This record gives sequence, structure tokens and C-alpha cells, in this order.
Amino acid sequence: MTLVWLIAIPLVGGILSFALSRFSALAARVLALVAMTAQLSLAITLWPSSTSAADPWLQALQARWIPQLGISFSLTIDGLSLLLILLTGLLGIVSVGISWSQIDERVGLFHLNLLWVLAGVTGVFLAMDLFLFYFFWELMLIPMYFLIDLWGHERRHYAAIKFFLFTQLSGLLMLVAIVALFFTHLQQTGVATFEYQQLLSTPLAPLSGMLMMLGFLVAFAVKLPVVPLHTWLPDAHTQAPTAGSVVLAGLLLKTGGYGLIRFVVPLFPEAARAFSVPALVLAVIGILYGAHMAFAQTDMKRLIAYTSVSHLGFVLLGVFTWNALALQGAVIQMLSHGVSTGALFVLAGILQHHLGTRDMAAMGGLWRVVPRLGAAMMFFSMAALGLPGMGNFIGEFLTLLGTYHLSVSFAVVAAAGLILALVYSLWLLDRVLYGPSRDPLAIPDLRASELAIVAALALAILCLGLAPQAFLNISAQALDALLGPGGAP
Amino acid sequence: MASPLYLIPLLPLAASLLLGLAGSRLPRVVVAIIGVGATAASFVLTAWAGSHFLSGSLQGQTQVLYRWLSLGELQPSIAFYLDPLSLVMCAVVTFVGALILLYSAQFMAEDDGYARFFCFMNLFVGSMLTLVLADNLLLLYLGWEGVGLCSYLLIGFWYRERRNVTAAFKAFLITRVGDTALLIGLLLIFTQLGTLQIQELMQRASLQWPVGSSLAVAAAALLLGGAVGKSAQLPLQTWLPDAMAGPTPVSALIHAATMVTAGVYLIARMHVVFELAPIVQWLVALVGAATLLLAACSALTQWDLKRVLAYSTMSQVGYMLLALGVGAWSAAIFHLFTHAFFKSLLFLSGGVVIQGLEEEHNILKMGGLRRDFPLAFWTFLIGAASLSAIPWVTAGFFSKDAILNAAYGSNVGFWLAGLIGALLTSVYAFRMVFLVFFGERRLEPRRRQGLVTAVPLVVLATLAVVAGYLNLPHGGTGAFTALLRGSFLSTASAAPGEGGAAASLQVLPIIATLAGLAIAALLYLRQPRWAENLGTAPAIRVLHRFWFVGWGFDWLYSRLFVRPWVYLARLNRADFVDAFYTGLAAVTIALHRLLSLSQTGRVRSYALAAAVGTLVLLAVVVLR
Repeated sequence: MTLVWLIAIPLVGGILSFALSRFSALAARVLALVAMTAQLSLAITLWPSSTSAADPWLQALQARWIPQLGISFSLTIDGLSLLLILLTGLLGIVSVGISWSQIDERVGLFHLNLLWVLAGVTGVFLAMDLFLFYFFWELMLIPMYFLIDLWGHERRHYAAIKFFLFTQLSGLLMLVAIVALFFTHLQQTGVATFEYQQLLSTPLAPLSGMLMMLGFLVAFAVKLPVVPLHTWLPDAHTQAPTAGSVVLAGLLLKTGGYGLIRFVVPLFPEAARAFSVPALVLAVIGILYGAHMAFAQTDMKRLIAYTSVSHLGFVLLGVFTWNALALQGAVIQMLSHGVSTGALFVLAGILQHHLGTRDMAAMGGLWRVVPRLGAAMMFFSMAALGLPGMGNFIGEFLTLLGTYHLSVSFAVVAAAGLILALVYSLWLLDRVLYGPSRDPLAIPDLRASELAIVAALALAILCLGLAPQAFLNISAQALDALLGPGGAP
Repeated sequence: MASPLYLIPLLPLAASLLLGLAGSRLPRVVVAIIGVGATAASFVLTAWAGSHFLSGSLQGQTQVLYRWLSLGELQPSIAFYLDPLSLVMCAVVTFVGALILLYSAQFMAEDDGYARFFCFMNLFVGSMLTLVLADNLLLLYLGWEGVGLCSYLLIGFWYRERRNVTAAFKAFLITRVGDTALLIGLLLIFTQLGTLQIQELMQRASLQWPVGSSLAVAAAALLLGGAVGKSAQLPLQTWLPDAMAGPTPVSALIHAATMVTAGVYLIARMHVVFELAPIVQWLVALVGAATLLLAACSALTQWDLKRVLAYSTMSQVGYMLLALGVGAWSAAIFHLFTHAFFKSLLFLSGGVVIQGLEEEHNILKMGGLRRDFPLAFWTFLIGAASLSAIPWVTAGFFSKDAILNAAYGSNVGFWLAGLIGALLTSVYAFRMVFLVFFGERRLEPRRRQGLVTAVPLVVLATLAVVAGYLNLPHGGTGAFTALLRGSFLSTASAAPGEGGAAASLQVLPIIATLAGLAIAALLYLRQPRWAENLGTAPAIRVLHRFWFVGWGFDWLYSRLFVRPWVYLARLNRADFVDAFYTGLAAVTIALHRLLSLSQTGRVRSYALAAAVGTLVLLAVVVLR
């Protein structure tokens, strides 16, 4: 039942928060915070005490839903899901916390949408029935649309519609692929089922396998994002309210990476192998092009948004390299990127809230004005450029190491992305923190609550960088099971 | 009971954390005590560990703090390795570091970023110690990047001036290019040898890779790439002169004594890999020889005192690479050792003058300052003498002599480069001395030197003289070489230079040095007119200009890399990929408009359309 609670807590919390907001906005906020804290605490209790069991599944739950069609309410958690749900809980608390002083309108509705996105994300990480998976996939889309459209910035309608169209259209392709897989399996075996475990071994003709694989791949590639399907991302991240950007960058993009690892390669191993070279090329292009575009921006949030394109290129690289090192790297990269980019969006959001602009040309010399915020921005920029000791380095190093086993040239070109990462990170610091202060700016530095948020994220990133073994152990079994025998490098 | 090695880097790191979190609320005295004390305590620990080590069996020893990560064969630990080489490096870093921090306690007294300064400096010392003590390449890389970060933070310490920030950006970026080569080297080494543990991988390399094998060459070349970035050697040398934008103690510690020699340390540490790739080792010597000449020429033309010293550092590190390239491992480390003393001494005593003249860096505007800054004068003179390798009485003489001897034994071309370099070194070193301290007094000093800053000057000046006697050549004690032999056991040519140049040729470097001194005295002390006349010749002016801008590398890189990159970024700010989707949207909207035109609301036109449609359909059916 724990698994149901993980989803139900934010769902119900959102509704209660909406109801309470009629009486007090503060109560709505407190309730949302309590709900997300409860979810995180519950997820922590799932942390396995020993990782020696052969079975990768930590907990499973299966209930009949629409038995005629073989649709079940099937939730399962393994190490991979657990890590991502922990990230969801952490960033959920961060998003509620950062909205405390930044969201004043329709507070209840805001928290309803925010918590429902988080519930959808949690469901995506847990669902083991493809129909149910698709349900959660849609569940996280619609509230996110409202978060951008109702609480976003100046071009919010445009960004929200763009986000919706990209995600919805690619999601429909995935739905077609799911249905096709369902019928193929039905034809081959006579069993009607959407259950992941059973569909895993469906024999597929090369062409239909490739088409179905592409259906899934496009949906996840839009989310990850993969160049050239990335252009919704800078608009959505930039226009979303701070909490929306944190959830988008920190969690929604991770559902793409998760989908690749969980579904694309295991369901269609041959097709994925056949497609691996184009995918690796796209990954490397994403790393370099994302970094280049990040440098080109003048809007602070847009710059940070493009860094995601670059960083998550490493995830695509790791997934299509498909060996233990690279996959572990991809997982650590997802967690670290969620934390570090989430933190950068928090900081950018605070600055925008105080300055009323995201234009970096209007900033400069802010380190002197807001030294704590400056130090935090320095810290997370260093994480973004892959400084050893921080989680992102472990993710990138392991991914590169795995890739090098497969192909020296891909690894070398991807490693050039580390140089470019330094360029955009330092450029951000250069524009925002350094130089002479403009006119005497009097904006407040980080408050205690903001400091607490930033400190928690900083600790998480150091933990991932200096003591990653606990995380590696948790995901190792799940990944070993996915890799199958002979998957180790 | 061996001393806990991990405390050596951990103490400065902890001090840095403490100062970073609470520094702005602590009184300055406390900040200084923490800032200087932590590094000094590290030195005491190093001395303790060293005395244990020297009285023991001299075997390398590893102390594991914890396992960093464990994935199949990838088992790097946070572990520290003590052997003669890392002991020497630790001693240099903590000893010189503590002295420079002591100097800074007074030198930086009026800066608002006092706590921030000590926080970054201790972070640097901790990272540098991690680098030199690391038992595996991944931890070494952590330290390697850590010192790069600190270098960036400290070059841009006065971040309100754009110039400083740009210099910091440039330094971090160019070294990152080298760092990335090093990282790819790590990938190669781990993939091929299955370990990143330094001693283990060198053993496996010598078993698995035949001499000259392409893997060994690739690995060594990638390591060299990392080294030339950090050590400011060709072709990644351009960041070092600009790095002088940082406070003077930073230049002394990071950009003279320690961080820029990290590349030398890396090559020495990984010497087995280089011995397996003779062609790369030859390249190391070539890079060193070329850099030492280029940088020495540029040093001749600078007017900014700190830039002269920066080019001089580049040139001296070139000597170290030359030594490494000819297999004179311990000679390279010995020069690193003496250079740390005399070069940081030059920076610190120069810093006294610069601060005394209220940030005047231009040596052409100075002159006759020896009575105003007597201690700075004498210590700077000792530093310059040691840098120029004035025979028998300076440390620099013994270390440079060892390098030239070894070079002669290997390749006369390299020896010649070193010889010419010795002449140039002595010219630019004494050019500084004469221009700053002799001649007419043109500037009125505003400040006197503080007492605290005097201590490091005296100590370093003493060492700049006596450190050479640790390693007397030609039947002398040779204690330093003997000690380091423990780190270079596998090396056949552990003691090069024994069969080096003949006695008559050994006189040549001495002559070169003295000739340089004479030239400098003539041009900048006796007959300044001559120097001016020389400068008016057109050919000389062009050459002067060319050397002044560092042989045009900045110009080249700016056109090759920076401008195209920025141009493309500006051009494509709106992301051309998006044009496809917005185009798609535009087409959709246009079609929508077109179709909605037909929705006129006039029944007549609807009837007409229906009739035409029916006719067309009928025609299709009938005419088939």
C-alpha cells in the first residue's frame, strides 16, 4: 500500500490544499509542504536496508482495473524508481517552499496543480502497466500546462501551448506504439495485457519493432529533450513560475530519461541496438549544441534552460551506450542535474522576483549586493560545469567511461562538452555576479528559508559527488536486471 | 603509528569551510589566525609525517580514508600516498603556503574581502595537497580541478573590475582545455589498464605496453596535454601573464610556486608512462625548450613587474619540462623546489614595492628605490640572483646546472636552448633589479613595509641561497636526488648528469649567466641611452612588439576560436531549429485563414460550391 500512498498523498494533498485556501492561503501552503514532506519521508522508509537480495523489486502492488483488456493497476518500485521518487520528494518540498513568497494569486489552485504534477511524476516512476503509465504521463502534463499558463511570465500563453503541443503530440505517438505493442503481443501469445513484465519478451519483426521503438523514443526524446525536439524547453522553462521551472527541469525531464532506461531499450532491444549510432550522434549534438545555445542567451533562465539540453545529452549517451558504467552515470547525472539545475532555477527565480527582470545585461556586480546568493550561484555553477566533488562530475565521468568502452570517438567529442560547460557557467557568473554594480541596488539577500533550501540542495549535490556509493548500490540491482546477463562491461 | 596523512589536506579545507560560512562575522585577527594557522598546522603534520618517513624504510605508503565509489573494476578511494616525491611537494606547498599566508595577513589587511581571501587560499592549499597526495588519478583530478577553481576565484578576486574577471575566465578556460585532455587520458588508462591507482597502473603499463606502443603514446600525450594547460606551457601558455590580475600573494603561491608546477608533478608522477612513449618524452623536452625561450624573450620586453615575473615563471617551468623530457626526473623536481622559494620571494618582495607605490606596476616608472625599501631590495636581489643562477652562492645555480648537464647528455639542441635561456634569464632578472632599485628615484613611496611581511621575505631569501646545498653535484651530498630515487626506482637513468657535459662546457652556463648580468648592467645601469637607441631601430621595434604581446598567441586564438564562437552564438541566438516549428505553426495558421475565407456566411456561395462539387463528382464517375 505504500506505493499507493506515494501517489495519493500529493493527489489528496493538492485537493485539500485547494479546499483550505478558501479560508487561508497560509494553511494551503503549510498543507502542501506537509504533504510533500510526508511523501519524501515515506519514500525514505523504502530505502532497502540491504541490497544483497537477487530480486530488484523492492515492493510491488497489483490490482485489477479493466481485466477485459488486460489493464491492471500495477505499481512497482525498484532502486531506479526509488532514487527518482526521492528526488521528486526533495524538489517537491523545494517548489512549495520557493512559492511561499513568490505566488500570491490563486494560491490554492496553484498548489493543486503543483501537487498533481508531482503525483503524476511519481506515478510515472511507479507504473508497471503501460496503460497506467500513459495515464500518469498525461496527468503530469495538464496541471503543468496550467502552472505555466496561469502563473507564468510575459509570454506564458505561447510557452504553455508550445509545451502542450510538443508533449501531447509526442505522447500520442507513444500511445499508438503502446496499442500496437498490445495487439502484437495479443496476436503472438493470445494474452491481452498491458503489463510491462509480460510485454518485455514480445517477439517483434524488425520493422514494426523499430516503428514502435521510435514511437516511445519520440515521446521521451521530447521530454529529455533531444535536439532537434528541444525548442519547447527554453520557452517553457523561462516562462514558468520558479516552482514550475524547478519541477520541469528537475523532474519532468527525468521522466524522459527514466522512460528510455525502463521502456525503450528493454522493450525493443534489437531496435534500440540498431538505432544506437543515430541516438549517440544526437546525444553528442545535444551536448555541444545545448552548451553553445546556453552561451548565446541573454535571459538568465533561458541560459539555464539550455544547459539542460547539454547535460541531458549525457543521459541519452549513457542509455544508448547501455553498459553498467554508462547507465549508472546516466542515473547519477539525472539526480545531480535535477538538484543542481533545480537550485539554479531557484536562485534565478529569486533574482527575478527582486529585480523584476531576467535580462543579464541589466545585472552585474550582484555578488557584492547579495553575497549569499552569489556564493550559492557560484557553487551550483561549479556543479553544472562538472567540478569533481559534485554529483554532476560523477555522472559525466561514469557516462564517458562507459561510452569510451563502446566508442572512443563519441567519448572524446562528448568530453569536449565539458569545456563548453565551463564557458556557459562562467559566462553566467560573469554577467550576473561580476563587474561593477549598476546603480545602488538594494535587493535582499537569501532569507533563512531560502538559505535552508539552497543548503539542502548543496548537501545533496556534495553527497552525490563525494559519497555516491549509496546511490550506486541502490540503482545497481535495478540496472543489472535491465541490462540482463552479459550486460556488464 | 604513522601520522594521519588525510589531515594534511583536510585542515586547510576545513579552515576554508569555516571561513566561508562564518568568516564575515569573525574579527580579522581570528580570520588571520585560522587562515594562516591551518596551513601552518599542515606543514607541521607534513614535517611529522616526513620525519617518520625518512627514519623508516622510505617505502611509499598508502592511507585509505574511504572508498569513493565501487563499480566493477573502478574502485577509486579517497586515499593518500606518501613517497619521496609527494613528500617534497607537500613540504613545498605547506611551507611556502604558510609563509605566503602569513605575508598576506598583513598585505591584505585593508581589503574588504579579507575572509573571502583566506577562505579561497586555504581551499587552494587543500586542493593542491589533495592533488599531490592522491593515490589514484581520479582523486588527483579532483585536486587538479580544485586548484583550477581556486585559481579562477583568486585571479578574479577583485571582481568588480572587468579586466580581472576576464583574466580569470581565460585562465580557467584554457586550463580546462588541458584538463579535458587529462580526463580523456583517464578514460583511456582505465579502459586499457583497468585501474586508476597510480602505482598499480604504472606497473601494469610497463607489463602490458611495449615501449613506443600507440596506447602508451596516446596516454602520455593526453597527460602532457593536461600538464601544458596547468603549467602554462606551449601551446596553452597564454593565460598566465593575464593571471597576474590577482593579488600578489596569489601570484606568488598559485602562479609561481605551486599550481603551475602541477604539470611537472603530474609528468614526474606518471614517469613510467612517459618512458614507454619516448616520442612523447622527447616532445615534453621540446615543449619545455621552446617555452623557456619564448617566455624569456617576452619577459625581456614587459614593463609590468608582475608580467615579467609571470613570463619568467613560464620560462622556468619550461626548464623543468626540459629536464623531465630528458629523463632527469629528480633534477626537474629539484628545480621545482628551488624555484618555489626564489620565485615566490621575487613576487613577495616585488609586492612590497608595488604596494608601497600604491599599485604602480610599471618598472619603467620606478627607479632608485633601494633606500626606500631596503629589505625588499636585498631580498629581491637575492631572488633575482637565484633566478639567474649566479654561480655557487644561489640555489638556482645548482638546480639549473643539473638540468643543463642532463640536457647535454641527451641532446645538444636542448642544452643550447637552456644555455641561451640562461643568458636571457639573467638579462631580464637584472633588468628588473636595475630599473626598480637603481638609477634615478622618480616615485615617492607612500607606505612602508609592515613587520609581519618581513618574516617570509627573510626566510625565503635564506632558502633561495641555501636550498641548493641540499643537492650538491659532482661528488657532493646529492641528498635530494638520493631521496627522490625512491620515487623513480624503475627508472634506468635515475641519476642523469653524471656523464653530462665535460668540465670545459660546464663553464659555459656560468659565462652565459655572467654575460647576461653584464648586458643588463650595461643597458639598464651604465648606458641607458644605448637601450633607448636600440629600441628605435625598426626591426627591433617590431620584434619588441611581437615579444611584448607574447608571440601573438592571443591574437591567433582570438581569431581561431573566440570570435567564431561568439559570432555563431550571436547569429543563432534565436535557435534556428525553432524556425522549423514556428514555420510549421505559421503554415497551419495560414491554411486556417485560407479555409476560413470560404466561410462567408452567404448561402449563395455555399450552394454554388455544393453544386460544383456534385458536378465534379458526377464527372469523375461518368467519365471513368
